Amino acid sequence: MCSDPSLLEGWQWLWCYLSTPKHQQFYASFLVVFAVLIVTAPVTMILGFAGALARRSAFLPLRCFGIVYTSMIRGVPEIIFFLFVPIALDQLVEFIRHRIKCPEITDPIYQGADFVVCMAAKMPLGSSPQWAHGLWGFTLAVIAFSIVYGAFAANTLHGALNAVPQNQLETARAFGMSERQIFRRIHLPQMWTYALPGLSNLWMILIKATPLLFLLGIEDIVYWAKELGGAKTSYFAYPHPDWRLWYFLALLVFYLSLTRVSEVVFKSLTARVSKGQSLLGQATAS
Amino acid sequence: MKKILIAAMIAVFATGSAYAQTVRMGTEGAYPPYNFINDKGEIDGFERNVGDKLCEIAKLECVWVKNDWDSIIPNLVSGNYDTIIAGMSITEERDKVIDFTDPYFPADPSAYMALAGAGADVTKGNVAAQVNTIQSGHVAGSGATLVEFATPDETTAAVRSGEADAVFADKAFLQKIVDESKGELIFIGEEVILGKGVGLGVRESDAELKGKLNAAIAIMKKDGSLNALIAKWFDGMKGPY
Repeated sequence: MCSDPSLLEGWQWLWCYLSTPKHQQFYASFLVVFAVLIVTAPVTMILGFAGALARRSAFLPLRCFGIVYTSMIRGVPEIIFFLFVPIALDQLVEFIRHRIKCPEITDPIYQGADFVVCMAAKMPLGSSPQWAHGLWGFTLAVIAFSIVYGAFAANTLHGALNAVPQNQLETARAFGMSERQIFRRIHLPQMWTYALPGLSNLWMILIKATPLLFLLGIEDIVYWAKELGGAKTSYFAYPHPDWRLWYFLALLVFYLSLTRVSEVVFKSLTARVSKGQSLLGQATAS
Repeated sequence: MKKILIAAMIAVFATGSAYAQTVRMGTEGAYPPYNFINDKGEIDGFERNVGDKLCEIAKLECVWVKNDWDSIIPNLVSGNYDTIIAGMSITEERDKVIDFTDPYFPADPSAYMALAGAGADVTKGNVAAQVNTIQSGHVAGSGATLVEFATPDETTAAVRSGEADAVFADKAFLQKIVDESKGELIFIGEEVILGKGVGLGVRESDAELKGKLNAAIAIMKKDGSLNALIAKWFDGMKGPY
């Protein structure tokens, strides 16, 4: 039916237009957004916990590291980090690979503006299929996202750990629990009620930050919306005027529904972790 | 966890003992008829045809890579791909950062496009151009106010929306837009010939690839296949080679 688009009209034209392979790439790019969220969220939580515990550590260097990590990243615009981390990491990896694989080449790696490593040190290799390049770019992006939001999560968790009433911990001590037991049985479970509002906020920010993938050269939904929406002349099989407005409207609806669903989930989660916490119940009621 | 980490490290630092010479061709994919993404989602256009032919002649295995225009030179220099084939005019400014092959397309007129009947003045009003192009450099020195955009599509959209009085770009890119606007858009002002033709960009440290491509371009010029491709994509334009 879609073999000759110039003969089509109305709904048929639209149906064929929306099912071109190019549009299918657009639909697939929504999965990229979900993939970023699904991978980034747990890594962020791990980094957040590590950062929060580092800040509470009795060991001074570790504590310093925790403080530097959380405060430094909080003080730098995310965009700068998103642009810096992937390039720096990419060059670092290639630099190390160059040293391992081509020790015989002694030419400087920085030649003027060029960053020159041997063919075998390229990451991924020039001969790798395109998906490998995509995956590598995606990995770098996820690492950049995780480092940044891990610092925010560390702050939230640090604050939440401090917010648990001291008398709860003292009571546990009076029962003769060890510090480890106190942390696992009393401190951690109660911490969640204080952490969840901050973490849900962070999740929303993370969702809203996913269009920044576009900046890192990843073909996400913003890239495709812009590309597909732009005016098309008859070089293309489906010429149309500037439709970016409609494509961006679709993205708007997508993000709104995603954040709406998240809100509902977090609400029920909050209700669950506050169960049986009488002190907190008063706090939320007032 | 540790095992996963070790496996990942091995994958990152130890893969790829066997590799062939693959040339990654970087293009923008947003500048018909030079290069664009067709409805199949593939890179298409004049430069796709030229590039594939060059690789065939030079016996290189080529892969096409899309990259935004504004970062197309930095990403070549840092090694994300090996050539730029994106309607990039050879200029002295760019030649300081990267190297160019011989031109595969002649210096072509650039033109101003504006809304019909708006009476735009290209020496005074707001003139849109794509960032880091020879056209944007020309507008900046012409007395008009330069309005820069990241993509070619945004420059023409700015004229339609009235954000800019005119757009200055390669005439070949604007031609179809004018033809199919049902009289809404027209060419105004004078055409200007800028640059020294369009060549492939390569890293300055990559003399070997440059030599191979130059040899292939010379062959295409000689056997007439380059002229044939120019005629195919540029409305029967007569190639000079």
